[in-house]
Amino acid sequence: MKLRNYLENIADVGIYPVITLLIFFIFFSLLTAWTIWSRKQKFSEISHLPLEESEQNTPAQHQQ
Amino acid sequence: MHHNDESKDKLTPLTTEAKLSSSVGPLDTFYYDNKIVVWFAYATAFWGIAGMLFGLWAALQLTFPSLSFNLAETTFGRIRPVHTNAVIFAFVGNGIFMGVYYSLQRLCKTRMYSDLLSKIHFWGWQSIIVLGAITLMLGYTSSKEYAELEWPIDVLITIVWVIFGWNMMGTIIKRRERHLYVAIWFYIATWVTVAMLHIVNSMELPYTWLNSYSAYAGVQDALVQWWYGHNAVAFFLTTPYLGLMYYFLPKAANRPVYSYRLSIIHFWALIFLYIWAGPHHLLYNALPDWAQNLGTVFSIMLIAPSWGGMLNGLLTLRGAWDRVREDPVLKFMVVAITAYGMATFEGPMLSLKSVNAISHFTDWTVAHVHVGALGWNGFLTFGILYWLIPRIFETKLYSKKLANVHFWIGTLGIVFYTVPMYIAGFMQASMLKQFTPEGQLKYQFLETVQQMKPFYFMRSVGGFLFLIGALIMCYNLLKTIKAGKAVEEEKAQALSLANQNVVVHGKDHWHRWIERRPMQMLFWSLIVVIIGGAVEFIPTFMVKSNVPTISSVKPYTPLELAGRDIYVREGCYTCHSQQVRPFRDEVARYGEYSKAGESVYDHPFQWGSKRTGPDLARVGGKYPDSWHFNHMFDPTSMSNGSVMPPYPWLFRRDVDATVMPAKIRAMQKLGVPYPAGYDQKAVDDMSKQAEKIAKNLAGDKLEVKPSREIVALIAYLQRLGTDIKVSENK
Ligand code: HEC
Repeated sequence: MKLRNYLENIADVGIYPVITLLIFFIFFSLLTAWTIWSRKQKFSEISHLPLEESEQNTPAQHQQ
Repeated sequence: MHHNDESKDKLTPLTTEAKLSSSVGPLDTFYYDNKIVVWFAYATAFWGIAGMLFGLWAALQLTFPSLSFNLAETTFGRIRPVHTNAVIFAFVGNGIFMGVYYSLQRLCKTRMYSDLLSKIHFWGWQSIIVLGAITLMLGYTSSKEYAELEWPIDVLITIVWVIFGWNMMGTIIKRRERHLYVAIWFYIATWVTVAMLHIVNSMELPYTWLNSYSAYAGVQDALVQWWYGHNAVAFFLTTPYLGLMYYFLPKAANRPVYSYRLSIIHFWALIFLYIWAGPHHLLYNALPDWAQNLGTVFSIMLIAPSWGGMLNGLLTLRGAWDRVREDPVLKFMVVAITAYGMATFEGPMLSLKSVNAISHFTDWTVAHVHVGALGWNGFLTFGILYWLIPRIFETKLYSKKLANVHFWIGTLGIVFYTVPMYIAGFMQASMLKQFTPEGQLKYQFLETVQQMKPFYFMRSVGGFLFLIGALIMCYNLLKTIKAGKAVEEEKAQALSLANQNVVVHGKDHWHRWIERRPMQMLFWSLIVVIIGGAVEFIPTFMVKSNVPTISSVKPYTPLELAGRDIYVREGCYTCHSQQVRPFRDEVARYGEYSKAGESVYDHPFQWGSKRTGPDLARVGGKYPDSWHFNHMFDPTSMSNGSVMPPYPWLFRRDVDATVMPAKIRAMQKLGVPYPAGYDQKAVDDMSKQAEKIAKNLAGDKLEVKPSREIVALIAYLQRLGTDIKVSENK
């Protein structure tokens, strides 16, 4: 079973993977660059969200 | 940036580091709904046990075929789908909802949007499970793996899924916490993508109130099905559980996730790459060279986000390893995360062509999915249950010791399950590929089946151990529940968003923009998966017109069609493939490799995914009718030591001729070229062909009424793969 051959017969089928490959590649490069260069402090605050609601759920006491 | 809260942000031109909130105005008091969480927890444990029992039963049938009790409802082909569906949608499904309903309320600092929706969601999902199990055992199946449930249940699933999404988005929208923590992104992406997968793959044309034919046929059906299969693993078994990991692991370890940055990359990389990976393998050779090279780099990159996620999880525990040794919750989580890493490393490896040539259709795949199912999903669920139940019931876990016993038995179970299956898969593949110096196949298929038996048995032992562990957990949790009292309404307080005085950085970044807006998040996740999906779908829908029609390939006769529906109903595809690959050993064993043009009338396709028995794509004409007659009544009578179950009921039941016209009309609607008005002639043709076969059998002293189901099944089996033999004179 040579599925690939049937797909290859579709005119210019190669363009689809190439387009997505490029979209994703560029997206990731940007995403990675952004996470590396953006501010650490913000992330650290967000990452504390699961821990925030303390045992008794007394709010507004975000650990600072 | 024209949204309300954004403009409010702009009114507070402070430049200090952002503080999420500072107290302005009164605190809202509200209550978390723990009751719904507890319900889902019970359902998780209950269906987990049920799903594992069915798995164990199916596994044991491969060593002791008599355990099918010669009943239609309990043969391997029917209970294997019950097992897979129960484990995926009942066990893991309820596990997802349990975790989401607990964590979402807390991460959003609000009660669920609607108690009524929560209840409808819960009972709706449980009834889907019950209806699913019953209909599967009764033989109502679409035969599309992990999407076997028939159309009315598909509709029900869609409704309940929308209710879940509505409840979830409603909760997120009325939240009191500005930021959407990464776990919530995983939940949102899961919801959107599963909705898309389910709807696209469930396109089917009903012909009775419980039966339907897939709207797609052959190659196209296979592409859609495995696009679904690939992504169901990604978006039902992986992304929601990653969301749970990102919430419950920090909770249990009492420290934030190691790198939030990494979790952002993990999220986007996963939803992009998973969707992208499927078509990538299919279209690989259609790419120009430079793109192939980039593609290879990219495939390897696929491992990175998964491993990034795994390391992120494990490193969260850095400096807390002494606690891991003490705390069963953390132990379960560590093994779960490690299993996730192993499975996601192996996955891309299995997609390499050279590896796939060996692993595909064998128990290797079974081993692979169980590393994920038992290790990742199973152990993470157990960890969460051990953490959650004592919390909600405000007490201590009844016995830490029993939890540790569970941990060790479970781990042993995973080892005993997977190691024999890896060996079995590898062994069978290499046996099947061996030739004698004279160029003959060295082993008959049946000989390899004999070799598999001890491994099948060991696997059952592994599964049994895992189940015992889960039962110990249930006991432990029940004792815990008895000792405590559930806090069904948990009081909490927080500032409403409107009262939060939020400080913004000079530049509000786009990602923070998006992460605060759930609807946009939902929209963009959908866009991402649609782009990935489109890349597969455009060629998939073009492929239909590109599959060369083979003039000798004709629609099935009515009797063959009836036989085919029996084949689907009995789940023969759970053990038999209909797909001869272009390898030397397969062509020597089964005949000419399968052509895409041969399955253009196959609604649904029956290529299968596992060869516990031999390929059947070209079994037509291989044996006389009498052989099949005897073999189906008692496989061991023809094949000594076969593990195929007997099918005695096919010799008692009559083909239902009354639905035949509806079947033909449905096929016509789907484009199968029966002549106009054929639905009225079909029943006649069917009995004529049946009488011929019955007469033929009578010649071999086998008496059977022509109306019996076995006659239709024989007609179908004898048809398989013969179209092309004629045309190619092979
Ligand atoms: C539990 C797995 C299992 C299921 C389910 C199963 N089979 Fe089999 N089947 C086997 C095994 C193993 C063999 C090889 C040994 C033998 O010939 O019985 C086999 C052999 C066969 C053969 C002979 C193939 C050959 O080339 O020799 C046919 C035909 C067949 N099965 C048809 C069916 C049909 C039809 C169904 C569904 C009604 C079915 N099987 C369900 C395991 C299974």
